[in-house]
Amino acid sequence: MQIYLPIAEMSVNGLLVLIMGGVVGFLSGMFGVGGGFLMTPLLIFIGVPPAIAVGTQANQLVAASVSGVLAHWRRKNVDVKLGLVMLIGGAGGTALGVWIFGILQTLGQIDLVIALSYVLFLGGIGGLMLVESVGAMIRGRKQGARRKLHKHIWLHGLPFKMRFQRSRLFISALLPAGIGFVGGLMVAIMGIGGGFLLVPAMIYLLGMPTALVAGTSLFQIIFTTAIATFLQAALNNTVDVMLALLLLVGGVVGAQFGTKASGFLRGEQARALLALLVVGVALRLAVELVVPPPNLYSIAIPVDR
Amino acid sequence: MKPWLNLRSTRKRETFAAALLLIAAAMTCAGAIRPAWAQSLVADLSNHLIAINTGFVGTEVVLFGATDGPGDVAVVVQGPPTEVMVRRKSRVAGIWINTASMEFQQAPSFYSVATNRPLDQIIGDAVLARHEIGLAHLRLPPLTPARASPERVREFREALIRNKQEEGLYGKTHGQVAFLGERLFRTNVYFPANVPTGAYTVSVFLIRDGDVVSAQTTPLAVSKVGFSAEIFEFAMRQSTFYGISAIIFAVAAGWLAGAIFRKV
Repeated sequence: MQIYLPIAEMSVNGLLVLIMGGVVGFLSGMFGVGGGFLMTPLLIFIGVPPAIAVGTQANQLVAASVSGVLAHWRRKNVDVKLGLVMLIGGAGGTALGVWIFGILQTLGQIDLVIALSYVLFLGGIGGLMLVESVGAMIRGRKQGARRKLHKHIWLHGLPFKMRFQRSRLFISALLPAGIGFVGGLMVAIMGIGGGFLLVPAMIYLLGMPTALVAGTSLFQIIFTTAIATFLQAALNNTVDVMLALLLLVGGVVGAQFGTKASGFLRGEQARALLALLVVGVALRLAVELVVPPPNLYSIAIPVDR
Repeated sequence: MKPWLNLRSTRKRETFAAALLLIAAAMTCAGAIRPAWAQSLVADLSNHLIAINTGFVGTEVVLFGATDGPGDVAVVVQGPPTEVMVRRKSRVAGIWINTASMEFQQAPSFYSVATNRPLDQIIGDAVLARHEIGLAHLRLPPLTPARASPERVREFREALIRNKQEEGLYGKTHGQVAFLGERLFRTNVYFPANVPTGAYTVSVFLIRDGDVVSAQTTPLAVSKVGFSAEIFEFAMRQSTFYGISAIIFAVAAGWLAGAIFRKV
């Protein structure tokens, strides 16, 4: 089933894209991450130009996050107040990211920066998560006492302290806003929701209850990806709705099953699986950077903006 | 776009009529009267519009024509020219990074050649270069020629052609022009699914005694039609509204899926 993509100006196997969307959607629902860190490299792999992959992915993530949030919302697993504070930073990060994306594109280094940030962020965070979650699994269920109170670190003492009743936190608003800012940057530059960074940051830096993390990060991602979609469509013409439609049909269906499946996993097990996935993608991209490419030359129509 | 659509069926009939006419013309020309230069070669396409719709997977266009006597025929198809940036990677601190680049002022977005026998048997390089027949004779001017050595220009030029060939946009081999008898000829031009849109030119050259004695250029339009054309127009002309629609559409789709699965 070949389908022509009007903005990417190429034709793709529709069934393949549907299946890709479904599998990534399942994982995103399960772990509360957007799944963009898997989908963007996959799209580039099947021949979609990187700029279109990043722009379209933002659009698809809007749908995936909305459908994911609904499920968490029904279980009251969303801290709206904290999500909104994160969003203030997220909006700024997204706008800055779209601007940086344009500059890197004219310099011809966007592919390198995308690959390097994937390797650094995914490798670093995935590695840390893996070590932590495996450690937690080995230690077993001895941490009942630590569940209730999170540890206070110096970051929580920054100015503009706010009370987040839902998460039982009393911390500086700068911290969630800062995490949101970095997430926004990633939406724009890497075409990912940033969930794989937001989730551990919210667990380890904010000390949020694990149950609330997935829903709240998805809630915030809806808005950053919507802003990114708008800016990429209006400034760069890189949003292909036909491709987004294929991805989101697969994605929203997969996400529903993923959210249900997440109920069967314990926190540290889910984190260990997510960490493995993240580290795997990072390694795959790292190998690509180091191994001599089969074709040293690449061609592109220059963008003068 | 609309007028094209309406013309399609009538255009087909027209081309067949034209084919018959030109065959008749060729027959009479072959006699004593050889009136005008232009008439020594007549050619036309089976279709002057390649319509890209949602199910487009590439297409083939038939070119047919007649000459007023023996001779060789070369057919060159060129897509609309664009600027092209060619980049070369090299290893820096263990990783492969784009370190060198060269921009070409204009390169055809599509290029293919068909001849009735190998090019080098027909005419010399000077004539081929004048008419840009064959990839080796394609004019690809670099943007800053003064700063680059000839070897460097050649290296990047070859890389450009190689990459275009890998994308299926420059012909890897010469196509075959088939003669039916001495005067009638035809050839098929294949356009892949990723064919760029725009105004193409199809040039037909009649070659005798080592020189081009007649040439004819026929336009060919490659254009998106129907749903994909509407999306493309919408995205390019009203990109702000397109962005907002894309968001609303995504939110609705996500909400709908959530609502459906609530029951399950």
